[in-house]
Amino acid sequence: MEVSISVNGTNHSSDVEPRTLLVHYLREDLGLTGTHVGCETGYCGACTVIVDGRAVKSCTMFAVQADGAEVRTVEGAANDAGLHPVQEGFWECHGLQCGYCTPGMIMSSIALLEENDNPSEDEIRHGIEGNLCRCTGYHNIVRSVQYASAKLRGEEPQGASAEVTT
Amino acid sequence: MYPPNFDYVAPASLDEALSALAGADNAKVLSGGMSLIPLMKMRLVRPTTVIDISRIPGLDAITDEGDHIRIGAMVRHAQTATDPLVNEHATALAQAAAATADVQVRNQGTTCGSIAHADLAADQPAAILALGATMVAASVRGTREIPAAEFFVDTLTTTLESDEILTAVKVPKGGKSVYRKLGRRGSDSDYPIAAAAAWVDASYGTISDARIAITGVSSKPYLATTAAQAVVGTDGSSEAIAAAASQATDGVVVLEDLYGTVEYRTHLASVYVQRALEDVLQ
Ligand SMILES: Cc1cc2nc3c(=O)[nH]c(=O)nc-3n(C[C@H](O)[C@H](O)[C@H](O)COP(=O)(O)OP(=O)(O)OC[C@H]3O[C@@H](n4cnc5c(N)ncnc54)[C@H](O)[C@@H]3O)c2cc1C
Ligand code: FES
Ligand code: FES
Repeated sequence: MEVSISVNGTNHSSDVEPRTLLVHYLREDLGLTGTHVGCETGYCGACTVIVDGRAVKSCTMFAVQADGAEVRTVEGAANDAGLHPVQEGFWECHGLQCGYCTPGMIMSSIALLEENDNPSEDEIRHGIEGNLCRCTGYHNIVRSVQYASAKLRGEEPQGASAEVTT
Repeated sequence: MYPPNFDYVAPASLDEALSALAGADNAKVLSGGMSLIPLMKMRLVRPTTVIDISRIPGLDAITDEGDHIRIGAMVRHAQTATDPLVNEHATALAQAAAATADVQVRNQGTTCGSIAHADLAADQPAAILALGATMVAASVRGTREIPAAEFFVDTLTTTLESDEILTAVKVPKGGKSVYRKLGRRGSDSDYPIAAAAAWVDASYGTISDARIAITGVSSKPYLATTAAQAVVGTDGSSEAIAAAASQATDGVVVLEDLYGTVEYRTHLASVYVQRALEDVLQ
């Protein structure tokens, strides 16, 4: 089936089988391997991408469902000016260890901050509930999102020493 | 994990979708895909035709219809959870949608899809039962309305026919409702181990009518009729609430799994009925 999908601002017209999952289309057809495949069942969030402004799990969506949509993946997060504030936050606050969950965490965090640029700690934890991390214990991920939130609002971001209350 | 191959159609109108559904042997409706796609990947269902209804205009609306609100087939969990009409007139449904899964799943999955799928522990069906909602089902044969109390038959089984699409759910206005849940992972982000929705009409002090629905406990979300009867005609005293809670699992077979034994679930059903009633009567 012919689909036309915009990925990180570039239009792609491709012929895909209806059963091709969006994550496999991104990784195998387009070579964008930044989006990870974890559980493949919709639970871990490693495959999270943003489709028409909403975070979704690309292992649980067929590429044909994204026909005509605008997809954003972790490859599109940084620009010529440098890392996205969320990426910078993960860097500065040690928001990753093995890095497996990181692309999904970053895309969920970007979607969260686009909806609410000043989330409480509780809202951050709820916002990334669909993303599992087996390494960090989440504290530094929360700090990373707080860092990005401050930066996006033009405030002085705090580094890894910021207080997390729970 | 790939499902077997299938034909994919994305009709641009409801009529086209209904004909496609009537004309195919082994077709499945795809709305949000949050249950269908995992089942297809695990090859537990193998439709030969998948009919994606997400491109049909107009199905994604929540509208005020006077004495009820109407929630269209493509209204996603996230929209149900935050919509002002749903929050005002069908609070339990808004709360159940907000407590369904995680952000990404709520962005894709639909309220009607959750009802049509009818998982034994699904959140929103309990709210639908307590609110006394009506399902609107369409097929090439016409449209019919099914009361929630007659809709859920058994695990993953409803009274929808294989050629029917659930086009909307109609929730009557009036009364007050809440949904209270204990999720499998402590927070809400997964199916409940037990949860209760309560609806009461207490406009004149005494409770003139009530409905309580429980999910996660038995083979389907169910109306706890005797429990609800225990508070009708009372002023919602703690004795009346305790009497209702003690009858939460009357007449049903309580199931057990790795998340809880029969005793634990029976206990939880009472606790959550009590909490839902306390909240709704506040
Ligand atoms: C990680 C994860 C966590 C989840 N956690 C929860 C949870 O906490 N609580 C909960 O309740 N659910 C949970 N779910 C399930 C989720 O709510 C699904 O969205 C829902 O069960 C199905 O809705 P859908 O729109 O995605 O339907 P689909 O997956 O598209 O369809 C499901 C079934 O219903 C049929 N169907 C769908 N729409 C219609 C229609 N309009 N008319 C007729 N038939 C139709 C399909 O043919 C299919 O058989 C979870 C799912 C995932 C992946
Ligand atoms: S790989 Fe998609 S949710 Fe785990
Ligand atoms: S950093 Fe290893 S899973 Fe999150």
